[in-house]
This record gives sequence, C-alpha cells and structure tokens, in this order.
Amino acid sequence: MRVKVNGKEYVIPDGLTVRGMLSYFKINENFVAVERNKEIVPKKEWDNVYVCENDVFEIVTFVGGG
Amino acid sequence: MKDDLLVIGDKVFKSRLFVGTGKYATPELMLAAIEASGAEVVTVALRRMNIEGQQRTILDYLSQTRCTILPNTAGCYTAEEAIRTARLARELGLSNMIKLEVIGDAKTLFPDNEALLEAAKVLVKEGFIVLPYTNDDPVMAKKLEDIGCAAVMPLGAPIGSGLGIRNPYNIKIILETVKVPVIVDAGVGTASDASFAMELGCSGVLMNTGIAGAKDPVKMARAMKLAVEAGRLAYLAGRIPKKLYASASSPLDNLIE
Repeated sequence: MRVKVNGKEYVIPDGLTVRGMLSYFKINENFVAVERNKEIVPKKEWDNVYVCENDVFEIVTFVGGG
Repeated sequence: MKDDLLVIGDKVFKSRLFVGTGKYATPELMLAAIEASGAEVVTVALRRMNIEGQQRTILDYLSQTRCTILPNTAGCYTAEEAIRTARLARELGLSNMIKLEVIGDAKTLFPDNEALLEAAKVLVKEGFIVLPYTNDDPVMAKKLEDIGCAAVMPLGAPIGSGLGIRNPYNIKIILETVKVPVIVDAGVGTASDASFAMELGCSGVLMNTGIAGAKDPVKMARAMKLAVEAGRLAYLAGRIPKKLYASASSPLDNLIE
C-alpha cells in the first residue's frame, strides 16, 4: 500500500502495524517518535495501530541543536 | 560552591552552563566539548529521521554522557508548530523539559513573543517544564513566569551572533522582576560574556555556537565552564561599587621619609 513517510511516498507491504513499518524501514525503535496523520502514536500503541492506505507519517528523532 | 545548586522545575543541577549540540564537525568533538564544559544539560533539536540512510542518532552518543536532554523547538514559526514539536520531543521519552522557541523573523531569529506565550500556556498545562527563549524584555519575562514557565531565557544577543550581552540593564531588570531562574540564552561569544551574565546574577547561561564555532571547541568549552563558575562566584561574593576616583589599597601613614 501507499503511504507517505517524512514527506516521501513509499509502497510498503499490507497489514503492517506501526512497529512493523518501523522494522520494515530498519529504524532503531529506541530513539524515534511517530506521528500518524498529525497525531502521535504512543510507543505502547505501536503493536495495536495498523498502517492504512495513504497514511501520512512523521518519524522523528533528535539531532544536534542549540 | 557545593551547595550552590540550580533548581529548575523538579530538576537540580550543579553546573550552571547549558550547552547546545549543533554545529560540531564530528560527534566525538561534541562529546569532548560537552565533557570539558561540565554541562549537565544539553539541548537538541527534533527533526525527521533519515529513514533511508544511516540510523545512528545523536542519542547514541549522548547516552554516553549523564546529561539531561533539553529538546528545543528551533525552526518553529507558529505556536502550533512549537506545540507539535514539543509533544513529539516528549514522546521520545527522555525529558519533559522543553526549550520553547517560536521564531518571529528568519534574519534575526528574534522570538515571536505573542506566539511564544500562547504555546507556553498550552505546554505548561500539559505538564511540560517550559524554558522559553525570549527577548530581553522584563514585561514578557513576567508574563511567562505568571503562566507557569519554570525559567525564562532572555537572549543576550541574536542566536549565533557572539555579540555578548547587548542590554545588561534589561537583564538586570528581568532579574528583579521574576523569581524563576533567568538563563541567558544566545549571543555569548567568549568567556567574558558568560562571566558577565553570571555576574549580573543570572542563574545560568546557555550557549552553542560560542563553543562549537570556536577554533578549538574543547578549549573554549573549558573556558566557558571556568567563566560561568567565576562569574557566579563573583556575584555571590558581592562586587565593590564602581567609583570614579582612586582609593589607595596601601596604608597612607607610616611612609618612610
């Protein structure tokens, strides 16, 4: 299915949970926060929330800053 | 200085120097500078993860330190963006502190105080420990304190400018106006700027470019550590009043003839 992640469109396998999607992208789960359609998906929900067609995700982490 | 602790919200710090983590050539250099600075609080920014490239984040490095993470909302131009960024930062699970920035102008990076206050109100209600980056404006500082900010962080000069404390009189008035810690954030260029801020009575100093942009960041980090401590000691010691004319340090009697 088609989703948008960090501003870019991707085609990912159907039926993934949020955690499944993170692992599909090989993202280190420890240091990220996930927003789905402008709503935060708390870490404890990552196994319960399924990715839907046309979902828009922001996957963020910390970078150097002042 | 053992008992001279800095309390912000429910956090207690020995060091009064907060340092940023941006603009370093390598993460190793950043870590060395943080260590030399003695800082216990480091700021970070929130950005999209590069999901196609390497996955090592700054937190892989910062986890080697014992520093408290202070995420910022740098780059946000509206209250909504800043609130959204703060919530995501908290979701990362490392800190409920937020260095709240709502920028009003790209050239000066001066804050949009109206939006800052609006965002601060929401975030305080949501339980954040809010440290707002603000103008050196005592009226604004009071408003931010009144709505529950844990500290106020007036700029000394524009971010990254190295111009030092441009309006020490306003900083002094802010210090008389609010009870929460006042931390000078932005503008510090060299050690004397940091000392000066502390001598005025500020509770701390936050800097990034002043250290990261120096030719030798590690050396400058140590200089800033000493400067903050020296300035704090001088403030606590109570400086002599300034006078126009001399007053001899040596006895005036029993001179040889």
